[in-house]
This record gives sequence, C-alpha cells and structure tokens, in this order.
Amino acid sequence: MIEIRDLHKAFTLHNQGSAVIPVMAGAHLTVAPGECVALVGASGAGKSTLMRMIWGNYLAQSGSIRVGTLDVAKAEPREILALRREVLGYVSQFLRVVPRVPTVDVVAEPLLTLGVNPAVARARAEALLTRLAIPERLWSLSPTTFSGGEQQRVNIARGFAHDYPAMLLDEPTASLDAKNRETVLSLIEEAKARGAAIIGIFHDEAARARVADREVNVSLFTPGAGEAA
Amino acid sequence: MTPLLQVRGLTKRYGARIGCADVSFDLWPGEVMGIVGESGSGKSTLLNCLAGHLAPDAGRVIFDTRADGSRDTVTMPEPERRMLGRTDWAFVHQNPRDGLRMGVSAGGNVGERLMAVGARNYGGIRATALDWLGRVEIAADRVDDRPSSFSGGMQQRLQIARNLVTGPRLVFMDEPTGGLDVSVQARLLDLLRGLVRRMGLSAIIVTHDLAVVRLLADRLMVMKSGLVVESGLTDQVLDDPQHAYTQLLVSSVLQV
Repeated sequence: MIEIRDLHKAFTLHNQGSAVIPVMAGAHLTVAPGECVALVGASGAGKSTLMRMIWGNYLAQSGSIRVGTLDVAKAEPREILALRREVLGYVSQFLRVVPRVPTVDVVAEPLLTLGVNPAVARARAEALLTRLAIPERLWSLSPTTFSGGEQQRVNIARGFAHDYPAMLLDEPTASLDAKNRETVLSLIEEAKARGAAIIGIFHDEAARARVADREVNVSLFTPGAGEAA
Repeated sequence: MTPLLQVRGLTKRYGARIGCADVSFDLWPGEVMGIVGESGSGKSTLLNCLAGHLAPDAGRVIFDTRADGSRDTVTMPEPERRMLGRTDWAFVHQNPRDGLRMGVSAGGNVGERLMAVGARNYGGIRATALDWLGRVEIAADRVDDRPSSFSGGMQQRLQIARNLVTGPRLVFMDEPTGGLDVSVQARLLDLLRGLVRRMGLSAIIVTHDLAVVRLLADRLMVMKSGLVVESGLTDQVLDDPQHAYTQLLVSSVLQV
C-alpha cells in the first residue's frame, strides 16, 4: 500500500548562507495493507521528516513515495489533495482548525469533504467523540480552548472519521491518560483489522510493541550512515 | 475533467514597470488557490487581470464557461466579459464599499445581482435575498437596512451574499478578511470554507495573511516583484519553502 524507494531529502537555507543540510539519503520502506510499521530512531533522526514527505508537505529531492497508485514525490497538488481526501489519513501532533468552529464539525469535516450525508457524518463524529471521552457539553464549542490532551483526542477523532486505506500517526498516544490511550490503541487495531496500512511514530514503547508489526530505524537513512555502518 | 481556468503567460506592465509577468497556472473545479506576497508584488494586478478588470499586455486566460465551453476572456468582447462577471464569476473586494451599493438596502444589494441576470419576480427575489442573508448570518430584520448602518464584518458578509447569490463557479477575493477584527475574520473564514465546500466553488484569494491561506487555500502561489517565485500545495509551500523569498516570508511570521 505504501512503498518508498531510494528517497533523498535536503534543506537549503537561502537566508542562512545558502547552507545545504542533507537529512535523508536512500530511504526505503514498504507497508502492506493491515500492517503497522513503527518509525524509530533518536530525536532528529528524521522520523517526522519522512512522515511529512509521505504526507506531501515536505518535498523529496529524488526517489519515489508510492501511496496506493500515486507517487507523492512527483504528483501534482490536486492529485495529492485527492489522495488526502480519500486514501491517506494523518494524525499530526497539532490540531489546526478554523477558530470558532464547533468540535463536532471539526471531526465531521473529512467526511463532509467526501460528500457523506451531513447527518451520517455528524453521527460518526459524535460516536468517535464519545469513545474518546470528550464530554458532550464540549461538542458545540471550538477545540481551540481545550486542554492539550483534549485537543489531541479531537485530532485523533478527526483522523479516524474516515476509514482511510493508509494512515500516518505521529505520537497518537502522547499526553493521554491510560483509559484514552487504550481507546486509541483499539482504534489503531481496528484500522489494521479492516486493512489499513499504517506508519506510526510512538515514543510510548509499550504502545509500539502492541500495535506495530515491525520497526524501521530511520537513522539508517541519515546521510553518511551507510558508509559508517 | 478540464481545468476551470487556464492561464498562460499573463503579463501586465505599467509603463516600464512590471505589474505581473509571465504567470501561468491551471485552476481545477473546486480548488481554492491563494496568492501571497508583500505589497507591490503584483498579486492584486494579477487578480484584476484574471477577473477582467485590467487588460493584460500579453497572455491568455481561458475560462471554461457554462454557456459556451472554453473561451479566452482576454479577447472576448467587453459585453460578454461583463456578463461573465455577473454569472460565472464573482469578485469580493477588500473594502465592502467597493463591492456594495451603499445607498441601497441589504436585500436590494442581493436582489440587484439576481435582476441583472434576468430575475423579475419580486417575491422570488426577496425570498432568495432573505435566504442568502441567513446563510451569511445577517438577521432577517436587517433586510431593509442600508449597509452603511452595518458593521465592517456584516458589510463583508453582505458583499459575499451579493456575489454568491447567482451561483458563480469562480470567486475572486482580494484580501477578504483584511481590515477585520480577528474574531470577525474567524467567522468569515468558517463561512467561506463552508460555502466553497457546499457549492463546489473554485476561488482565487489574494492575501498577505499566511494563516488565512493555510486554512482556506488548497494551493499557493508566491509572488515577488511581479513574478511567481514558487507554487505548490499550501502546506508544502509553508512548511518546506524552496525559494529564498518564501523562506523569508514564512520565517517572518510572528508565532502566537
């Protein structure tokens, strides 16, 4: 479902003496439907960078990133937009929303964008919010004023609203209490069971051990790592 | 599917100075494109050339019209272009006073655009106007008031209702949230996003506010000195800017 081949990435900082910082070289990775692969490696090794390149908000210098039938590394913006609507979900660490939009609408939005009946989308959003223990009295409020843990749960609910065939999860269990952590792990297991291909970053080792089928150490893709090893 | 708008080599000079030069892009149905850049970068010149308010010196603007298919709006006769401006196109000005008739009631402002495309039934026009005022969250009891008695945010919402009532397919917006309080901006952003999604609109939004384009636009073009220096997916351009100017622009935003 997800297949990465010989991926390279460097940042060029034009306003800091045009410094070129290579951050990834020869990255490769394959994720099958129903499989969860955990990205591991020290902080700064490039876990988030790799994830953002798959999402398409970081550009690749060379190589391919096939998600479904699309090569994200060479795709047109509108093809990536369609991929994000239908195929690829992303639970980032930060919730980014239009201020003053009610939480339930924030969660239902990915479904509404797909043209799902508004009542159906709302029911699905409410079910997810209930499961993630967001009190009903908060559903009509904007999540911008919520606590960090609540925002994270709203973000997860939004990310799981549509049954994406491929998903990217960046620290989905961070800042959650035991009960909510359990809920999120169940959501991930259910997504795997229905055949979703998942790439995740989990600092929570127990969580990683439970949902991940394999680990991929991104330090191996750090430029120069090949020669050192 | 064909692009709604195909722009090729669009150039506008003011004497020896460049307004915008050699701009090319495709806009697809349902897409929202943002144009960002500092004051004087040519973004408003470009928007006005696209919308037929300024005559470009070179280039083509091919629009997929509802009535006749693909037409070059640069070479079409002025009356046809004006008709497009009342039917398939809409233009939301930064200052609502430029897009509204301040001496005419709110309902009249919305109804006028309907009459311009041939609506004649008073009851029907008033009902449609009331429906649209509701959609932009203006209370029905204000329908007979003049926009001069409205707040800035209400005036902007009224301008949006006046523009969208005829069901356009392409909306040009010039700093639609400029000059509004942030709380009013948020409401307007939500409104615009909902309307774009429900009506399947395409839109081109000129702004200098990167937070606004992140929330509204699917794609971004960055302009400097009349040239497009970078374009791509909105979050890609903002999170991994490639051009020196874009890097400067993004790193200059104050974090809240």
